[in-house]
Amino acid sequence: MGYFAKFAVPHPSPAIYASMIAIGVTVFLVIFGLTYFKKWVYLWSEWITTVDHKKIGTMYLIAALLMLFRGGVDALMMRAQTAVPDNKLLDSQHYNEVFSAHGVIMIIFMAMPYIMAFMNIVVPLQIGARDVAFPRLNAISFWLFFMGAMLFNISFVIGGSPDAGWSSYFPLADNEFSPSVGTNYYMIAIQIAGIGTLMTGINFITTILRMRAPGMTLMRMPMFTWSAFVTSIIIIFAFPVLTIALLMGTMDRLFDTKFFATTDGGMDMLWANLFWVWGHPEVYILILPAFGIFSEIIPTFARRNIYGYKSMVISMVVISLYSFFVWTHHFFTMGQTAYVNSIFSITTMVIAVPTGIKIFNWLLTMWKGRIRFTVPMLYSIAFIPLFTVGGVTGVMLAMSAADYQYHNTMFLVAHFHNVIIPGVAFAVLAGSTYYWPKIFGFMLNERIGKWAFWFLTIGFSLAFFPMYITGLDGQARRMYTYSEATGYGPLNFVSFIGTACMTISFILIVYTIYYSIRHSPRHVGGDPWDARSLEWATHNPVPEYNFAIIPQVDSREPFWDAKYKGHELFKGDYKKIHMPNNSGVPFIMSAIFFVFGFALVFSMWILAVISLIGIFICMAHRSFEIDHGHYISVEEIKETEVKMGGNHK
Amino acid sequence: MNIKWSLLVIFFVIVTVLTGCDPLMVLDPKGPQAQTQANVIWISIAIMSVITIVVCAFLVFVLVKYRDSKLPKDYEPPYIEGNHLVESIIVGVPILIVIFFSVVTIISNNKVEATPEKYKGQDPLVIYASTSDWKWHFSYPENGIETVNYLYIPTKRPLEFKLYSFGPITSFWVPQLGGQKYAMADMVTTLHLAADEEGEMMGRNANFSGKGFAQNMFHVEAMSQAEFDDWVKEVKDTAEPITEAKFNELLKPGYTGQLTFTGTHLGFSPAPEHDHGSKDANEDANDEYMEHKHAPSNSKAAPQNNHE
Repeated sequence: MGYFAKFAVPHPSPAIYASMIAIGVTVFLVIFGLTYFKKWVYLWSEWITTVDHKKIGTMYLIAALLMLFRGGVDALMMRAQTAVPDNKLLDSQHYNEVFSAHGVIMIIFMAMPYIMAFMNIVVPLQIGARDVAFPRLNAISFWLFFMGAMLFNISFVIGGSPDAGWSSYFPLADNEFSPSVGTNYYMIAIQIAGIGTLMTGINFITTILRMRAPGMTLMRMPMFTWSAFVTSIIIIFAFPVLTIALLMGTMDRLFDTKFFATTDGGMDMLWANLFWVWGHPEVYILILPAFGIFSEIIPTFARRNIYGYKSMVISMVVISLYSFFVWTHHFFTMGQTAYVNSIFSITTMVIAVPTGIKIFNWLLTMWKGRIRFTVPMLYSIAFIPLFTVGGVTGVMLAMSAADYQYHNTMFLVAHFHNVIIPGVAFAVLAGSTYYWPKIFGFMLNERIGKWAFWFLTIGFSLAFFPMYITGLDGQARRMYTYSEATGYGPLNFVSFIGTACMTISFILIVYTIYYSIRHSPRHVGGDPWDARSLEWATHNPVPEYNFAIIPQVDSREPFWDAKYKGHELFKGDYKKIHMPNNSGVPFIMSAIFFVFGFALVFSMWILAVISLIGIFICMAHRSFEIDHGHYISVEEIKETEVKMGGNHK
Repeated sequence: MNIKWSLLVIFFVIVTVLTGCDPLMVLDPKGPQAQTQANVIWISIAIMSVITIVVCAFLVFVLVKYRDSKLPKDYEPPYIEGNHLVESIIVGVPILIVIFFSVVTIISNNKVEATPEKYKGQDPLVIYASTSDWKWHFSYPENGIETVNYLYIPTKRPLEFKLYSFGPITSFWVPQLGGQKYAMADMVTTLHLAADEEGEMMGRNANFSGKGFAQNMFHVEAMSQAEFDDWVKEVKDTAEPITEAKFNELLKPGYTGQLTFTGTHLGFSPAPEHDHGSKDANEDANDEYMEHKHAPSNSKAAPQNNHE
């Protein structure tokens, strides 16, 4: 029994036991269902071993929605706990675990994969490619992310959740103040997922630079592809910092090194610096593709080309550059001089300029347009004023003298939710609705989608605007409770109502998907939205090879020109198409990574060494494997094209 | 349209709450530093509201005028590449605003990082404020007393807080006196404050520090110099001296009420100040990492304020 004691949860509660049962039942049902319906082979050969960018993107999408559920439940618990003064729903320890998990899951295991889903599904189609540059590396990226996410998610039922906040500041995260294995999970799970993200960055830079259709110069690339490109560059500069910081943190916790210790020459401020050197670019990694999605949706539903294409591109590049020069604004209060703080205040405020350019360009794109209020467009329209409020409060926070008063308060919480929810969450929800027919071949129901939109927008406003006020009234963030005398009660209750509205919105989104699966008409054609860029030039859903013939590009909107200006997109005849083979190795290797991570969390060294050897065997296997891919014959292409409705010759 | 309306409603709710109920703590300053910060906040709220309103107004204009249902059937949107004049304006105006804010920032940063202008001539009262899980220890080396979880201060005199921690990073924050600053285990940071008026205030640790974080608050009372002196005298007459054993007991994680002692812990458990040749106490807070690393052996140096 003694051996297994370390897997016990240190602070159990009925909710955790209930979750354990729920997880057990779900796992059983999934296994039973797969066996009963004889889907194991299908699952393995069509999904687990796939290297197809569209299927990998779809798996990212499903994983992100699941994580949105988990992170959302955490959020609901937090707002329920703080809805009334002196509430006893959660105790301090559980509240700390819940908000730590909420932050990590929403940023790293929800927003990131959601963005990755769109990069995977859309980018190769937008540039007229057949897949990404390294399809198998792409599968490894996904499975590493997935295993990292799973490792993080089991923490609350095996060994205990991290409880030092999503930023996990040392020395609070050190063994002395966080003795449970929770922070080990944090360090190792994010590490594994982070390696996957780094590979995605490399993959997409190569894809975008090397695999564009003939005629598509850099300055003819669609906006989303530009944003994916800039994001990938930020990823390869920012993620190595996180990798090293997490490695140092892991060593501090597992091997008692003193990198972030407060004694023996260690430096706790170093963690905060390294974390935010990664952390600030990270928010731009999320927001730039979100901008990209809006830049695709707004022109489509305003029926106009994007205004100021060049300034849009330049502002993204400037934002990516500046994202590395502002990290100190996360801790103006750490005791730097007024001189240092002034420099970082100014670099931070400068970012408002390119962001402002983008806002006005979107507005000017709608100007003189012909605006259709579809669900994706509603999200994009609501994004503009709400994100502007988030942006201007960001400038307020950037002024370091005033930041001494905002820092660590609900004002800050209001600000970053005010940029991330209308920015990233609205974008991915808009993108899901917009690209749904591309992925699955049918549309999502607009009527239910609009209800979901209104519940989300109003719920968001109710949940987060009151926090600006309580923040200015002195309510610090991360407090599990407060007394009635503080007067924070009523506004926190409003926040809770807002959160409840957002929950209804999530339920409606799930219901739209269910309803549309059952009732939406199939065969919507290749271009249901009357869109402008290349991803709509092929069928819905997209055949394995994407384009039967690689398109020819001679403008920024080749598909629009093909529809309305007589541009010939597909020249020449069908030729056999070279495609990569499926492989089970990415999944197996990532699964071994999971075991390796789990072994490290609990310091089980023999298991760690064995799994590490397993990882190296997988790599060696790849080095010696001879795999030339396969060809799709002309007959097969013809057959598929006819079956899919054959827009092409 | 509906977005605009909901925004308007929210805006008015904010305005009513801001003006209607009790003033918000941060915007109800009781000292010159908090006053500076409140001024910066008000200036930025004003300018930012204008920007937000301009964006919203233009959005509403576009949505009303160019919605599909309002346009003639044969209207086809034009192809517009961009316009140099328009783009110069949307770059130029934000740059001007940023320049203005930069000036405001530099001036206000230097104000809050120095002894308040108003009380410059006076000798500041130095108070060492340190945290342990989950308490605040205030040492008054000048007066030779120490309190736990409450802070008495004289008005109309500059205060210099020396902040450090016996555990996780915490943040010393008395919203009505001025903004916060971190207290950390391996260096001392300095926060310059002062109180204009007498009164009671809320002070707390604002940086998450574990299980007892929510309760990690302290009571602040500003009083005239004469009353303060009386209080010091009373403490000296009645309170027990702080001993190393008693102090170490207090450092253990847990909660206590308000405590009062004579003497300070600085003698047997000095603050992590690093002597690097500078005699200026104000600069201690700004120790650079390099210098810190070069002088680890000095970390046990005695505090500079060694009054009895």
